[in-house]
Amino acid sequence: MIKKSLIIFIPAGYPRKEKTVDFMLSANADVIELGVPFSDPVADGSAIQKAYCSAISNGFRLKDVFWIVEKFREQSDKKLVLMSYYNPIYRSGVRNFVERAFSAGVDAMLVVDLPFDEAGSFLEICRDLGMKNVFLAAPNTSEDRLKAIDKISEFIYLTSTYGVTGVRDKISDLAFKALKRAKNTCKKPIAVGFGVSKREHVAQLFSAGADGVVVGSAIVRIIEQFGESADDEIHDFTEKLLS
Amino acid sequence: MRFGEFGGRYVPEILINPLEELERAYKELKDDEEFKKELDYYLRNYAGRPTPLYFAKNLSKDLGMKIYLKREDLLHGGAHKINNTIAQALLAKFMGKERIIAETGAGQHGVATAMASALLGLKCRIYMGALDYERQKMNVFRMKILGAEVVPVESGSRTLKDAINEALRDWAESFEKTHYLIGSAVGPHPFPTIVRDFQSVIGKEARRQIIDAEGRLPDAVVACVGGGSNAIGIFYPFLRDDVRLIGVEAGGEGIETGKHSASLTAGSRGVLHGMLSYFLQDEDGMISDTHSIAAGLDYPGVGPEHAYLKEIGRVEYSVATDSEALNAFLKLSRLEGIIPALESAHALAYLEKDESLRDSIVIVNLSGRGDKDLGIVMEVIK
Repeated sequence: MIKKSLIIFIPAGYPRKEKTVDFMLSANADVIELGVPFSDPVADGSAIQKAYCSAISNGFRLKDVFWIVEKFREQSDKKLVLMSYYNPIYRSGVRNFVERAFSAGVDAMLVVDLPFDEAGSFLEICRDLGMKNVFLAAPNTSEDRLKAIDKISEFIYLTSTYGVTGVRDKISDLAFKALKRAKNTCKKPIAVGFGVSKREHVAQLFSAGADGVVVGSAIVRIIEQFGESADDEIHDFTEKLLS
Repeated sequence: MRFGEFGGRYVPEILINPLEELERAYKELKDDEEFKKELDYYLRNYAGRPTPLYFAKNLSKDLGMKIYLKREDLLHGGAHKINNTIAQALLAKFMGKERIIAETGAGQHGVATAMASALLGLKCRIYMGALDYERQKMNVFRMKILGAEVVPVESGSRTLKDAINEALRDWAESFEKTHYLIGSAVGPHPFPTIVRDFQSVIGKEARRQIIDAEGRLPDAVVACVGGGSNAIGIFYPFLRDDVRLIGVEAGGEGIETGKHSASLTAGSRGVLHGMLSYFLQDEDGMISDTHSIAAGLDYPGVGPEHAYLKEIGRVEYSVATDSEALNAFLKLSRLEGIIPALESAHALAYLEKDESLRDSIVIVNLSGRGDKDLGIVMEVIK
């Protein structure tokens, strides 16, 4: 699914669902990662928290996620990863949620707070329906766990650092070490995210062997700043990331 | 690692390793003689254990039953929270951690954490919802006096659940040198088990004490349930006995108003804060805002072991409203000269609602004292 790919994260429903589709289409990305708003996003820093909170208080509903995916699919065949916390999926009924996501056009699901040891029935349902999976790995993930994650992931989303999502100045040494280790241990492609926000970050990570890089909070900041008219800004910003 | 289907470890991958480290350390330490001796020393000489099991004769006469109060309100800090914080702070030292973080709602767990941290020379940061930070100023000041840094959390509903979110975010970055000292029997495995074990001292003592006093086990044990640490602490040693166990949730302004915190009574299954349990949530799985006059019960979820005990029917769960709790608060103050925490007042309020308790022997867990609530009560009754 990824090969030196730029993966761009867009939070659904921020500031409203119609704009989310526009932003997804205007991003210069190989893969779009669509974030499902959740009331309690414990793995996210302040930028994404605010975006989710604002979407929810503006009346965003879970069904709007599928609407966004369908609209996007009418105009694009780019790969689409849905990133969600587990509770909205669990609450909807796992099979029901995965079915709806799949038929709307989602290629893979990443559930932030569902480590593989808790994912048994979720994985079965995904396999059953043809939905692919992406799992997180971290710099402190053991070799054994990395191997287990490698088996079930379409690609591995390696969080570059300790902590939560958010813009950071530079890519830490920890990230490069973790990337090297993951590349040695795993057969699947590795995408690196958390704190990736600049052109030099992207270049450094690709030359260190990353198969993908995820840029998220920086995009959210652009939407925060430009609101409804962030389309062009997102386009320019994401284009420059690769220049 | 689970209680029936409840519990589990629903966390981002980065927290798996710290949780495994904690589980290993806890397994190693819990039966260690040195550790048990040290903990026992602090519980006796610092916290004030054992706490009395007091026969409340005036309240008993008033309600027509024999009521014994387990006096956790007499502990250092004024609540049962210290049982868990001293124990976990010792565990943190054993693990070589230098810093403690914790969440707090009303501030009782924050204060107890700040005390244990000061005692054991650990750095301490407490996360507190900005709303709670405003309405519990005195406890904020207490924590600061005790040397803790107190951080108001502005995100979400600005209450306890958001403080837990923020503590989890901190821990995901700081776990190498930091222990997250969870205050209730909630969170990812092994936290609910650790907190239950450390709070079980309440039930162990009460069981011995009631046999000494009455020559038999009680007919019922009643405790309030927010996250559920005082309740699981007193219930656990009675689980295999033929004793009714009753957990009382916060009914707030009434279940029908939606303004309450009764997740077992009115909630549904969900996953939050690392655990599969019961939560108050909408149909999209977004967590609801909650309400209770007792800040310590103002949480949209409940510990997974309670969810399990409800499921298998071993524990009955009921509710008491704000005003029922307030009446019980005033009644105990006037009849016994004991001002209970508004949380504990929910357990007391239940006694009046259950006719079948008449003429029986009941233990109520008086989990905390009410000094911290005087401001709130003053507002309501003026």
